[in-house]
Amino acid sequence: MGTMIRVVVAKPGLDGHDRGAKVVARALRDAGHEVIYTGLRRTASQIVETVRDEDASFLGLSSLSGAHSHLFPKVCEELRNAGLNDVIVFGGGIIPTTDRQALFSCGIKAIFGPGTSTAEILKFIEVAIELDDVGVGESNDWYWQGD
Amino acid sequence: MNADTVLAAKGGCRRSLARTISALENHTLNIDEALSIIGDDNSSKLQESHWETMAITGAPGVGKSCLVDKIISHWASQGKKIALLAVDPSSSRTGGALLGDRVRLSVVDDIMLKDMVYVRSIATRKSSSSVPAIVSDIVKLLVALGWDRVVIETVGAGQSEVRCAAIADRIVVVEGPARGDGIQAEKAGLLELADAVIVNKSDMAGARKHADEIKESFELGIGQSPPVILTSALTGDGCLMASDVLLNLQSTGRSSKARWRERLLSRLEQRILKNPQLDSLLSSLASGSIELDEALNKLNN
Repeated sequence: MGTMIRVVVAKPGLDGHDRGAKVVARALRDAGHEVIYTGLRRTASQIVETVRDEDASFLGLSSLSGAHSHLFPKVCEELRNAGLNDVIVFGGGIIPTTDRQALFSCGIKAIFGPGTSTAEILKFIEVAIELDDVGVGESNDWYWQGD
Repeated sequence: MNADTVLAAKGGCRRSLARTISALENHTLNIDEALSIIGDDNSSKLQESHWETMAITGAPGVGKSCLVDKIISHWASQGKKIALLAVDPSSSRTGGALLGDRVRLSVVDDIMLKDMVYVRSIATRKSSSSVPAIVSDIVKLLVALGWDRVVIETVGAGQSEVRCAAIADRIVVVEGPARGDGIQAEKAGLLELADAVIVNKSDMAGARKHADEIKESFELGIGQSPPVILTSALTGDGCLMASDVLLNLQSTGRSSKARWRERLLSRLEQRILKNPQLDSLLSSLASGSIELDEALNKLNN
């Protein structure tokens, strides 16, 4: 039967736009993964508890509110505090290129903006799962730089 | 699968609990090993007076998730440790699943209650029923780890999906208003096995009438009638009463043979799904190179 990849797709903070998150969730489902969708307006600790209880190996964060530079690092920090160091985190939404480097430095392993093909996101999952030290609290500072 | 993880789960580490459940799902750990590490004797705990496992089942969209949220909040606030296994279907084509029951659960956000509640989304994977057989192993694990009650929210089920009977000590069927006329309540199937029926969405027209039709139907039968309760998970009406009734729910005992039949079928399905030859036999069947009976004989060997 093999091991299934479980992915939590989450919407942190005050943001009601979830079309993007649903498209990603659907693409991951169609690629044969198990996707747990949290629903809207989650806090960082709610997201971390969901990842912990669902034993997800990936966490996808979606933000279109402009608060990503606050919310994404907060989630990463709480994941590390909870000992979930091996969880691989990626982000998406409206993230200006000038904000991205700081997010990569805090442990986000990929950022997908508008126009990204779902195939690219699936490719990222495929590549990242093979690297064994790219979790949010692990040493490798690799991040996805496109196909 | 590492024994330390199981021991950490026993010590209360939630992540280790989640990992142990994944190992059961992925068949990298079997339940007997896990129980021997925990130190549970794996004796069958099916007592008739006190339930450990309750299946909440019913058609898609009748409000199972919202209702379960209200009910387990109430139980947790009374000091019960509750585990919820929320089952959603896997795609039979790609094997993927979108598990969305958490969207409707607010109990996990309640700072006072969240340590009393463990929620896990389960995909049916290769199982064809509304509750995959592996859930019975997960239930055994949770009970051995000290969770007082395990609630299974099944995939939205139709008229005759009774496989949850294989796993649960008690079965609660959730209905909604406008689910057909009185004759629907007379039909055989899921309602026959129910230990309680909840008619949800009592804020909408037709709910009371439907509840009355179900009650009437039960009264025509022999044996003890299960309770029929009206609730509205939206307004909260009736939810407290439903929580109290369900917590102390007795089995109607109407159908113990039917339950054992479901357990037997479930065990058989699990055995077939675990067979390493399954994939190659499915390919041979799809290409027409063998017949169904032939494939079955090979699986039985």
